Amino acid sequence: MSSSPTTPILAHQFEDATQQRDAATIGMWLFIATEILFFGGMFLGYTVYRYTYPQAFAEGSQHTLIWFGGTNAAVLLISSTTMALAVHAASENRRALLVSLLLGTASLGALFLVIKGFEYAHEVKENLLPGSSFHIVAAEPLKAEMFFYIYWLMTGFHALHVAIGVVLILIFAARAFFTNAFVNHDTPVDLLGLYWHFVDIVWVFLFPLLYLVDRHS
Amino acid sequence: MSAVPMQAAPQYAPALQPTYLNVQRTIRSWLLTTDHKRIALLYMVSITFFFFVGGVAATLMRLELLTPRAELVTSETYNKLFTIHGVVMLWFFLIPSIPTVLGNFLVPLMIGARDVAFPRLNLASWYLFMVGGAFTLFSIITGGVDTGWTFYTPYSSTYSNGHVVAMAAGIFIAGFGSIATGLNFIVTVHTMRAPGLTWWRLPIFIWSLYTTSIILVLATPVLAITLALMALERIFGVGFFNPAIGGDPLLFQHLFWFYSHPAVYIMILPGMGVVSELIPCFSRRPLFGYKFVAVASVAIGVLGFLVWGHHMFVSSQSIYAGMIFSILSFMVSIPSAIKVFNWTATLYKGSIRFQTPMLYALFFIGLFTIGGLTGLFLACLAIDVHVHDTYFVIAHFHYIMVGGMVMAYLGGIHFWWPKITGRMYPELPAKLAALTVFLGFNLTFFPQFILGYLGMPRRYPVYAPEFQVLNVLSTAGASILAVGYLLPLTYLLWSLRYGRIATPNPWEATGLEWTTHSPPPKDNFETTPLVTAGAYKYDSQAAEAQREVAHV
Amino acid sequence: MNANASAVRTYILTEIALLGLLALTICVAYLNLGLLNPIIAGAISVTSATLIILNFMHVRHSKPLLWIFVAAGFFWLGIMFALALSDFLTRHWR
Repeated sequence: MSSSPTTPILAHQFEDATQQRDAATIGMWLFIATEILFFGGMFLGYTVYRYTYPQAFAEGSQHTLIWFGGTNAAVLLISSTTMALAVHAASENRRALLVSLLLGTASLGALFLVIKGFEYAHEVKENLLPGSSFHIVAAEPLKAEMFFYIYWLMTGFHALHVAIGVVLILIFAARAFFTNAFVNHDTPVDLLGLYWHFVDIVWVFLFPLLYLVDRHS
Repeated sequence: MSAVPMQAAPQYAPALQPTYLNVQRTIRSWLLTTDHKRIALLYMVSITFFFFVGGVAATLMRLELLTPRAELVTSETYNKLFTIHGVVMLWFFLIPSIPTVLGNFLVPLMIGARDVAFPRLNLASWYLFMVGGAFTLFSIITGGVDTGWTFYTPYSSTYSNGHVVAMAAGIFIAGFGSIATGLNFIVTVHTMRAPGLTWWRLPIFIWSLYTTSIILVLATPVLAITLALMALERIFGVGFFNPAIGGDPLLFQHLFWFYSHPAVYIMILPGMGVVSELIPCFSRRPLFGYKFVAVASVAIGVLGFLVWGHHMFVSSQSIYAGMIFSILSFMVSIPSAIKVFNWTATLYKGSIRFQTPMLYALFFIGLFTIGGLTGLFLACLAIDVHVHDTYFVIAHFHYIMVGGMVMAYLGGIHFWWPKITGRMYPELPAKLAALTVFLGFNLTFFPQFILGYLGMPRRYPVYAPEFQVLNVLSTAGASILAVGYLLPLTYLLWSLRYGRIATPNPWEATGLEWTTHSPPPKDNFETTPLVTAGAYKYDSQAAEAQREVAHV
Repeated sequence: MNANASAVRTYILTEIALLGLLALTICVAYLNLGLLNPIIAGAISVTSATLIILNFMHVRHSKPLLWIFVAAGFFWLGIMFALALSDFLTRHWR
């Protein structure tokens, strides 16, 4: 897998580039495992409450803006492809391509945040932000408030991860453009890609769980 | 000292090249170091400080409990004291203790590496720990928190008046330090082992820390999200566990204990690792059943994730879940017992030397066994209903955590002190201190088993007058214990200047860390070691023969 | 150059599959299938995530050791769900 026999940057604790690359990859996957369990706590809460209050979750879900969420799902999926292509470009030392693909990925991430922002603004206007001003017409308004609490919580943490990702991608793009940092040294880009794909996976689960509960009724 | 002949490692001249301690001398070189050995020392100083913070809280509680009525502090202050004691001792002493001090120092040395896989992340973990500690100290100084270390909702999220958010933030941040340490160790053990060092040749200490790291990495994020949800609920007044909108406080307990029960194994597995190094060395025999001990470590780590519900037997969780958790809890005793039996079998026909580290190791075996067996009482649904939230529980987990982990930590510190500092500690005061700790510990906590069995509940400053005798005994024990803890601090500091110069291998121990200088040079080894045999190649017959010659 | 083209083709095909699965999950949500609705939605999500992990995160071409690390996070999440739900799902049994 280590395609670059002449890696210029070898930290003093490592014997060779393969060892360094393996360590970094395992480390990143362990970090992703921690993220899985971090989000997992919220997914567990979602499961418990949806099981306990099925009707409130159905009613709450029908108040979400499915086309905003659906578009965002597509945006993130496409950004994952551009990121995968960027990692590929880095492994082939094609700097110009790498920079433009990273910028494309960052723009798609930013687009996701903009769409999400409009969605949030709409929900605040509709009094769907949990708290004293929360108001919803539903059979169990308090339980529906729990649905929206979970909605804001999970999309909020996810949006935070997207925002961090966008900033990181922009930093990487700048470094790829102005320096030789990733020439024959594509591991950092690869790890950035893993993070970005993970963020995408979270949305792959969040979208149906939050937007698609009993849409047919 | 019952002299161990110093004939080890003649291939080394006295260290002329700089050691990791004197290669650079500025404060800056310490605060910005990425050397795992220096980071271990940073952690050692920090957790010693936090140990005494938690110790002061414990002392005040024990003083209050001298009399049946609340005379020294109010109930509210008492609540804050046991919260400080719990939070500081668990997250800022016990969880980091062996992993970050001995682990950071020894993991690369034991596997023949120059450093951990991510040295800068390692330094970052110490800074995260310190920032988390600062938040916690801030919330202690500005008025404290009275929720107990468990932060149960809805009390913590709604009613408590203390600085709950600041303290939770401290634990949250320090938690990321734990994750960084665990991640580092896992990657290091996987990728940085010296040539020839296969998994079945690793010292048990490495197996233990590897398992501990798995727990740190996979459980701590759940604590992070749990505390974050609790704090968000407190800040915004509406939230995940809020019964007003259908939230279930038991969900908090499930998430909290999904971390906090495995965290108990973070607090004992490294101790088991240390003891597995000490017992073979001081009985001059290979560790009995090496593979079983190694696999038992991993088994304890994994099973530890399956038992958290035994903290919730009386919380109105489903009785069926209670049964499942009860059965699974009993199963943890299997690998734990395997370890105890194997340590004991290692002693059999050994040529035992009762030096200070060995004393601590033997104390560990006995006290851990008592703690573990009383844990079985608590895993039993019917008995737990009676002793839940009594001093029986307090005594049980102090036998594991103090009788187990703190003993192992002290044993390990003494054992590796020559390697860490290049000086020997003075043997006689060390033995006296070890005996003092052992006596004080048992006098403090054994009466608490009886108190709990008789029904004295935990977390109250007042109690029925008939419990006073046992409480006075316990407080008397605590004062002896305090002396026992201050002694090592004194003579270990003394030894830094006046201790005998240590040879590379004063204990004639096996293990790669003993093949380099004491203290080691910055890059640990002059040449990367080549490993050709398993751990614990002790020759019991040679040791016995040597002893007979010495006595002629 | 051939390997290059095939890698790019894999990414594009994966992307098409992912967008197709997204469309599918939205459409299925509008059909009343009762208990099957959440099950199908979950199955589609798991399929999409698997595609991303295997192809985009190139686990398919990684060493066996890495598969263990990939699985570990999900496995431990499974432990958390299974045992926590053993409480919530059986709480009202008598």
